[in-house]
Amino acid sequence: MSANLTGRARRFGDNVNTDYIITSTRKRETLDETELARYLFETLDPAFAASVRAGDIIVAGRNFGCGSAMEIAATVILAAGIKAVLASSFSRTFYRNAVNNGLLPLVCETSNINEGDTLTIRSEHGAMFVRNTVSGAVTVAAPLPPVMEAILSAGGLVGFVLHSGRPVDPSTR
Amino acid sequence: MAIDYFGRMGGTSVRDASHVMFACDHYAPPTSDRTRAFHALMRAFAKQHGIMMHEVGDGISFQIATEQGRALPGHLVIGADSHTVTCGALGLFATGVGSSDLAAALVTGTVWLRVPETIRVTLTGALRPGVMAKDLALHLVGMVGADGANYQTLEFHGPGVRTLSLDDRLVVCNLGVEMDAKASIFPFDATTEEYLAPRTRERGTSVMSDDDAAFAREILIDLSAVTPRIARPHAPDNVTPLASAIGTAVQMVFIGTCTGGRISDLHAALAVLESLGGKVAPGVQLVVTPASREVAERARADGTLDGLQRAGAIITETGCGACCGTSGVIPGNGATVVSTANRNFKARMGNATASIYLASPAACAAAAATGRIVEVA
Repeated sequence: MSANLTGRARRFGDNVNTDYIITSTRKRETLDETELARYLFETLDPAFAASVRAGDIIVAGRNFGCGSAMEIAATVILAAGIKAVLASSFSRTFYRNAVNNGLLPLVCETSNINEGDTLTIRSEHGAMFVRNTVSGAVTVAAPLPPVMEAILSAGGLVGFVLHSGRPVDPSTR
Repeated sequence: MAIDYFGRMGGTSVRDASHVMFACDHYAPPTSDRTRAFHALMRAFAKQHGIMMHEVGDGISFQIATEQGRALPGHLVIGADSHTVTCGALGLFATGVGSSDLAAALVTGTVWLRVPETIRVTLTGALRPGVMAKDLALHLVGMVGADGANYQTLEFHGPGVRTLSLDDRLVVCNLGVEMDAKASIFPFDATTEEYLAPRTRERGTSVMSDDDAAFAREILIDLSAVTPRIARPHAPDNVTPLASAIGTAVQMVFIGTCTGGRISDLHAALAVLESLGGKVAPGVQLVVTPASREVAERARADGTLDGLQRAGAIITETGCGACCGTSGVIPGNGATVVSTANRNFKARMGNATASIYLASPAACAAAAATGRIVEVA
């Protein structure tokens, strides 16, 4: 799959759970992502949602998206105009939900990325490179499993199932 | 939600509706127009496709699946709830997925899963009196950490397994996801057989690793050395000995959820409350939420719910209750809560100013009776 993204790093720490991405209490009133995006990360930083710009890139430490498997945690991030999350590791349910909705989750070293750094994400020769235009550092992200790549290339699981008629195309194993 | 994805995936029929169940558990009862409409949509979809629908009051999805013989040894179970891993107590592979994965399974009857590595947890000895399965589970979470089992399966082995009741095993499996485990699995044995006998005539086969399998990690736990534990705010793996939190004043106690709302939990809670004077301390709100209708009916029949209510508890509708702030009682500003639940993230129960501690039903009941975190006798 190909990627060509440039955006501003928005820095988070380790073990950001899905309740911190969007608190369950907000889901009582609406499941409209654009509405819920106003409360993105409100528990960690009430000012965050207002400061988001389309194209921002979330940068986190270990275990991003742990806790509840609620898919809306991935789709609210997309609704805020964010297309990629970089983390040193992801919780498996968030990782799946991200891929299934076309949000790019990249596993890479993130400790030297600071809030506000401008990042570019580019796929070259089958690998995904993250370049920090402030520090000049270039990091190679871990390759996505073939199934994940195929789902992302289809724009998510909806496109993938529509295209292949099943969640796993045996040829991509 | 899954029904939306189902439509977007071009779904017209559910591949095998007899293997699907819906449960209204997170908004039980619904408190907004949105959640009422959500339940109505679930009912309509279930009716159209012949899916078993479990209403508000029936209980938490995977608790119902466990009680009603829907999830059986050897099955592969997926659920749109991370705590679906709980079912692994019956000797099966159960894991949580999001709505789109669930919808794809409804459309196609298949799911893709990476085969996980396995952590073998060998249990020896037996828990001492006053120490509950929740303490064992918190002990393990504290040891392994919030992502220590990410993408991996926890498998429980050893002679200590047979000393744990089915309810105990459900608690331990439930907390597996607080270590990011993909599944938590107990072996099928006489305890499993006894639990399932009145619930189903179907026979299952266990799914444990072969004896000569290679494991990613080995953990050895002597159950007799496990002591009461507590998870401090605001992370389930922020685990310390209960003894280190003695004296902490509490304003709300929550006994319920898929971790601590089973019949043995309610029995333990009432016994502790009665041993400490039988009354909830002034200034403390005790909220009790049975995990399912079966649990509630048993607790009503044997007088446990009456006893808890007489002691001063509020008994709420079965389901997820106050655990995730979607329904039920929300803590007051600045409240310190001690809960039998599995997550204590900031704002988890619907109020970001509350501080949530996680402990065993016995420790929670003792806190309700005294207004403080105290040793469990």
